[in-house]
Amino acid sequence: MPSLGADMTEGTVLEWLVAPGDVVHRGDIVAVVDTTKSAVEVECFDDGVVASLDVDPGTKVPVGTVLAHLTDADGGTAVAGPPAAPDTHAGDAAEPDAAAAPAPAAPPTATRLPHRGGPGRISPLARRLADELGVDLATVHGTGLHGVIRAEDVRAAAASTPATGAASPPVAGHDAPARALDMRRSIAALMTRSNTEIPHYHLALTVDLHRTLEWVRERNLELSLAERLVPAACLLRATALAAREVPELNGHWVEDAFRPAEHVDLGLILSLRSGGLLVPAIAGAEELDAVAMMTRVRDLTRRARGGRLRGSDLDPPSLTVSNLGDQGVESVAGVIYPPQVALVGFGAVSERPWAVDGMLGVRPLVTVTLAADHRATDGAIGSRFLKALDRALQDPASTMEQKER
Amino acid sequence: MTPDQARAVLQEAIGHVVPGADLGPLPDDADLRDAFELDSLDFVEVVEQLSGIVGFRIEDHEAESLRTVERATRFLTARAPA
Repeated sequence: MPSLGADMTEGTVLEWLVAPGDVVHRGDIVAVVDTTKSAVEVECFDDGVVASLDVDPGTKVPVGTVLAHLTDADGGTAVAGPPAAPDTHAGDAAEPDAAAAPAPAAPPTATRLPHRGGPGRISPLARRLADELGVDLATVHGTGLHGVIRAEDVRAAAASTPATGAASPPVAGHDAPARALDMRRSIAALMTRSNTEIPHYHLALTVDLHRTLEWVRERNLELSLAERLVPAACLLRATALAAREVPELNGHWVEDAFRPAEHVDLGLILSLRSGGLLVPAIAGAEELDAVAMMTRVRDLTRRARGGRLRGSDLDPPSLTVSNLGDQGVESVAGVIYPPQVALVGFGAVSERPWAVDGMLGVRPLVTVTLAADHRATDGAIGSRFLKALDRALQDPASTMEQKER
Repeated sequence: MTPDQARAVLQEAIGHVVPGADLGPLPDDADLRDAFELDSLDFVEVVEQLSGIVGFRIEDHEAESLRTVERATRFLTARAPA
């Protein structure tokens, strides 16, 4: 059972998408796991053949529990278990061949997996919907690829079934109110810890986005519709560049010391339509120009909203961004996600009076804020960070386009 | 494109982004972004879906014309060939 977020201690296997004997590859989605926050697709982190599935669907197990065993693909016959003790059991998270761990790898290739008989695959969104609508998934006809049951199939089934008593939930998991409660509790626990442990300091800077928005407008005329940018992609790009320039804010506070992170893994706070938050990460954000950043944000948001996040999306970020601009507020006084040491906030971009070259003009402005951990840094470093972010946004032609060197 | 067709096209595009969204009960002058809680990313996706359905590019500066049902219908009927 991989850890899918800093606050996760256990998870429930909802379903297996592979069976013993199936060939799997690194990055394949092999199982769906329910955390308190969301159903998450777990990726296989190695190539091989499934030898055994060791946790039954519906079973809740602690993080680190062995979920399945793989054997080498080239072995032909199934050599029992991985090289190390094949009877590895709960608690041994270090057993690399055994644990289905999240891995940032090949794109998902669920369609490559053999289709299994029986109930078939069910998208997490469909499952949640079925829970809410009281639809028995065993009665739903899947119209997706390989008979995958999709959300619309569930809706169709719900519409055609007269409302009877609540159908028994076919799969163990969280019903919607319970999930909302769980999510509230885990946010409460983490944020309480943050406010108890972390001496926050807060800084703010108003940034003129005129040049960046002009650049976005021009760039969008050339880009294909599917690649089109929103200004938020540039804000994230600028954040990643600033984190590179001021590495003191990019990392974790562990055992009374700051540990800088190797890459900029940007956590993105996404609010869900159903309430609550998810904080998936864009790994290696410093390598992404604005267009690549936009693609990642798009993918991530789609997966999060569709209830289809992957394990690798929930790897721990090194720095988190809260963009409340779309909600229309001016600024964000953030609460840091421990053990990170900073959180960057963006308010709404709005046209306001601004002095430019001694003249009063109207400019699109955004208030950028930084909440930082005073144990790790002081205001001077925080200021450097915000100034670096501002600089990146004043020169979009060179900062948004080129990859960082 | 007739106003009814334009409305149907808009319904389809928004339905892609917000499953289950229904334009039906919405007043003509309601802001689509507020009504369906679309953030900027969602809205770009609605525009992308719309472009795909009607078969021409809708640029950023035109997206402003899509903020309400009424304005979107007017924009689409004017721009899309019958």
